Amino acid sequence: MLPAGFIMQLSGILNKMRRISLKQMKTNQKGIVCDISAGSALVNKFMSMGIYIGREITKISHIGLKGPVAIKVGRSVLVLGHGVADKIEMEIQ
Amino acid sequence: MIKKIFLIGNPNVGKSVVFSRLTGVEVISSNYAGTTVEITRGFLKLNNKEIEVVDLPGTYSLEASSKSEEVAVALLKECPREECVVVNILDSTNLERNLYLTLQLIEEDLPIIVALNMCDEAKHRGVSLETDKLEKILGVPVIPTCAITGLGIKLLLERISEAKPVARNKFSHRERWQEIGNIIEQVQQLTHRHHTLREILEDASVRPFSGSLIAIGVILGSFEFVRFIGENLISRIADPLFFNFYQPLLIKFSSFLDQESFIHHLLIGDLINGQIDFKQSLGLLTTAPYIEFAMVLPYIISFYFVLGLLEDIGILPRLAMLLDNLLHHLGLHGFAIIPVLLGLGCNVPGILATRNLESKRERFIAATLISIGVPCVALQAMIFGLLGKFSGLYVAGVYLVLLAIWLILGVILNHTAKGYSPELLIEIPPYRFPSLTTLWKKLFLRIKGFLIEAAPLVLLGVLIINVLLYFKLFDFFTGIFAPIIKGLFGLPKEAVVSLVMGLFRKDVAVGMLMPLALTVKQLFITAVLLAISFPCVATFIVFFKELGLKDLIKAVLIMLFVALVTGSLLNFFIR
Repeated sequence: MLPAGFIMQLSGILNKMRRISLKQMKTNQKGIVCDISAGSALVNKFMSMGIYIGREITKISHIGLKGPVAIKVGRSVLVLGHGVADKIEMEIQ
Repeated sequence: MIKKIFLIGNPNVGKSVVFSRLTGVEVISSNYAGTTVEITRGFLKLNNKEIEVVDLPGTYSLEASSKSEEVAVALLKECPREECVVVNILDSTNLERNLYLTLQLIEEDLPIIVALNMCDEAKHRGVSLETDKLEKILGVPVIPTCAITGLGIKLLLERISEAKPVARNKFSHRERWQEIGNIIEQVQQLTHRHHTLREILEDASVRPFSGSLIAIGVILGSFEFVRFIGENLISRIADPLFFNFYQPLLIKFSSFLDQESFIHHLLIGDLINGQIDFKQSLGLLTTAPYIEFAMVLPYIISFYFVLGLLEDIGILPRLAMLLDNLLHHLGLHGFAIIPVLLGLGCNVPGILATRNLESKRERFIAATLISIGVPCVALQAMIFGLLGKFSGLYVAGVYLVLLAIWLILGVILNHTAKGYSPELLIEIPPYRFPSLTTLWKKLFLRIKGFLIEAAPLVLLGVLIINVLLYFKLFDFFTGIFAPIIKGLFGLPKEAVVSLVMGLFRKDVAVGMLMPLALTVKQLFITAVLLAISFPCVATFIVFFKELGLKDLIKAVLIMLFVALVTGSLLNFFIR
């Protein structure tokens, strides 16, 4: 039997490993927004466009290495600049 | 007592089309977020009372993030509650996203009526909405509409007086989305559809490789198409009208006047080899109308027809995405391509459209790049006319030089201009099949705008030139600038007049070059110099209004510097 504390730690590490930024996601991959590290103005703007913590997002495409990212949120397709996409942390199922 | 009706909604839900339907005032509408940057007002009659209708720029929420959104929200909050009604227009195909603003509006205690617009498209896309249920849940009237065909507009008007504020708790942002989730579950049913050709194209156009191919194809195709329509309008309609019908009339009129008189000089201009030459005579009745109607107008028509198609299909936001990377190097982001494309028609709407950009720095860079590196359609048409007869390569050369200037200047401005540039964050609309009526109305509006704005200026320009030429007042100007023009640019001193005139109105300026008998090299350099300088007085005015005197002076200094460097370099390197 492993001690409970160890299992907690392990699952914590595993959880963190499944967290990647939106720009690191692969095309056609689905994920859930788990953190947005941005100022309140941008968080509000995201919020009004339907991007908020707990929301499911599908990545559609990524233009070039440092280019914008296209995502599908609900029924809309949104395009986010590279730097903006980096601010959104995703949890992959 | 209702005095005002505000139209508000997310970007690209068709507010402007509803506005036209309500007021009969025609406004420009397209298939991309941010078509309307100014507030448009109109009137409608309801129960024999005049009510003002205000079309606000699209916004996702009541917390504004760009200048055009700010204006919309401020106006709404100013209006006394009992005197106004807010018509909240929603895109039925995307109810979920649209409801966020609706809930915010309701929480603000505004009297609201909801129009579920594009209800026909929703049906096509397999979205069905239960309007009655939505009405009950929201507590405000909900009317399905299709503004393009006019469906539901009458009902909307009939029920407008039912709009009343409903008491509702204030939500936090998260709670609002939860509430929306609940509402959607109750009122929306989706039927699964197979992928249509349209969806396959929509997908392909946002992927890096296929998207770039489509974009390049579209840009080249559009350019060819504009040229094809423009050339045909000139050779098949405009030229025959001028030469077969108008010229004989003018010849009679000319012989009726005394050829040496001031009036003849003013109206007809100089006779070339005893003949009226539309391109060279420089009279108010000869060259002025010929430039406007036979050289520029055909291209205005063809350019705006093609631009309208691109706008309504929904291609522009996709271009914005693909070019985002490149534009980042110029201190802008992808959306800035839309003002640039509008600037290719006329710099004035181009500079106005920079209102969609968030920061002052971006707006300055975009407006400066538009006024210096983007030639308007009137100028392009004249360059075609001027250089096209030598070789298409010269015309292409002008575009290449301008593109290079645009890129280099952009990179320099990016490194020097103060402030920050935010990143791209836009919605990509679905491809739509353009409605012929909207397309036609939009084209008509733009042509009318051009004629009203340009025709008087061109007449005035030709008048001023004529008076100055007749009294030989140009020698003063030419004397001052001749050393620069001759020494650096290799141009004859008469070209000074045209260059100075260019700041007033470009087509007139090029018109003045035609009688000068310049060499191809000189014509090429002059064309580039004219393209670099601000297109016309209207550009100066709009630049000043939008960005202030300080930025205008900065931009003008940059423009002079760029013109000086480019002119000298071209003169030095071209043989």
